[in-house]
Amino acid sequence: MNKAIITVVGQDTVGIIARVCTYLSEHKANVLDISQTIIDGFFNMMMIVDYASSDKEFGDIVADLEGLGDEIGVRIRCQREEIFTGMHRV
Amino acid sequence: MLNIMEVHETNQMIEQEKLDVRTITMGISLLDCVSDDLATLRTNIYQKITTYAKNLVSTGEAIERDYGIPIVNKRITVTPISLIGASACNDVDDYVKIAQTLDKVAAEVGVNFIGGYSALVSKSMTPTERLLIESLPTALSVTERVCASVNVGSTKTGIDMDAVALMGRMVLEVSKATADTDSSGNSKLVVFCNAPDDNPFMAGGFHGVTEGDAVINVGVSGPGVVRTALEAARGKDFGVLCETIKRTAFKITRVGQLVAQEASKRLGVPFGIIDLSLAPTPAVGDSVGEVLEEIGLEQVGAPGTTAALALLNDQVKKGGIMASSYVGGLSGAFIPVSEDQNMIDAAASGCLTIEKLEAMTCVCSVGLDMIAIPGKTSAATIAGIIADESAIGMINQKTTAVRVIPVIGKDVGDMAEFGGLLGRAPIMPVNQKSCEAFINRGGRIPAPIHSFKN
Repeated sequence: MNKAIITVVGQDTVGIIARVCTYLSEHKANVLDISQTIIDGFFNMMMIVDYASSDKEFGDIVADLEGLGDEIGVRIRCQREEIFTGMHRV
Repeated sequence: MLNIMEVHETNQMIEQEKLDVRTITMGISLLDCVSDDLATLRTNIYQKITTYAKNLVSTGEAIERDYGIPIVNKRITVTPISLIGASACNDVDDYVKIAQTLDKVAAEVGVNFIGGYSALVSKSMTPTERLLIESLPTALSVTERVCASVNVGSTKTGIDMDAVALMGRMVLEVSKATADTDSSGNSKLVVFCNAPDDNPFMAGGFHGVTEGDAVINVGVSGPGVVRTALEAARGKDFGVLCETIKRTAFKITRVGQLVAQEASKRLGVPFGIIDLSLAPTPAVGDSVGEVLEEIGLEQVGAPGTTAALALLNDQVKKGGIMASSYVGGLSGAFIPVSEDQNMIDAAASGCLTIEKLEAMTCVCSVGLDMIAIPGKTSAATIAGIIADESAIGMINQKTTAVRVIPVIGKDVGDMAEFGGLLGRAPIMPVNQKSCEAFINRGGRIPAPIHSFKN
């Protein structure tokens, strides 16, 4: 399993999760968990995905999701999970 | 499983508080390049560095993209060139040609600095080490990316005062040779006492002779992250303050450790060390001075500054040590005046003086760093500053360094502009009394006693 964390930050709008999930399903990345909250007035969504079987290179997924975020008007980041587990888990 | 607040905290550090990995530095040994023919030596150096480092920059960029963490610099250090060139160099120009080879290879592999145009002369100089030192004014003015360092003393050997006197003259000559860019050649020249073999930061990095054939060292940073964390500790006692710094340093260092391991794996080069340093940049919010002010000083340089820096430095190490398998390099807080907006302001207002900075270097990781002084300062006075700083390092068994920049044509009240990460600096006043007779004695200061520590 290769886990990545996708975060969406910005103004809440209809269909953000749907569009991200559509992209992920088209490219065979499996969504393991989704959570969302409001931090400092901004919509924050986090997805944990497994990209081990994806038909795309990880770097392309990062770039595609960033482009999708630009289209919707939110910030979408996709990062490998280890930077978060490294920092927050001993 | 990770929660959204943890993920938000990490990304907040990166996006708002300027958390970054300051440098991935590949150390490369050039010992097997040695030849008594200069052309062969230069070819060997070129081939060895391009072979090892050809994927350094692209690998660094791939890691940046995968983890979403900026890696500001990708750099190379090499074995001190005074050793590598010893059998092939007969004059100053021969050494300059090696510097030009290093500059060319650095440009080709895409790194912004290559360190190791160095001589280690803590006890005494060989004729070729003297040649390398005398080549510095030309080498640093005809190259763009080459960084030089000279180690003039150590706790075990004492201080080579002949080298100190020579460096006083050379610093001034480098200033003259690069006068058209505010004497910026000296931003690429560090004079050390107790120089570490595995420092990934520039300008003082070189690949020590005790190192392997190649190694990956990583320097982390993050003064902005520490400052933001300390906002929550305002008004609290020192226990809370220190705990906050320690926790933050731990988190920062874990990112460095991850990047170092990943770079090592992808490049097929062993992981060396993490350098736990808070390294500022001239950007607002990326300042060690600001951290000290957040601890409770009206401005850096006020009474209490040395104590605040001492605790900051110590807590950064305590937090970082557990986060990494191997810690080395300089590890602590850097206080380069021109690269830190709050230091620049404090120096310009007169609150921060060279004498206070000297006291601060007793408890921080490096020394008098990126300090602009009047261009009319004498070589003997510069040598005196180097000797003072070396003595602090020698007696206290720590690394100290001097990177002062006598700015030709400028005096107290003027600003020197170095550009980019090197920043800008107000010309600071230097004590006008002479130390010429002291410097002109020649010889060496003996190694200090290792007991009776008072």
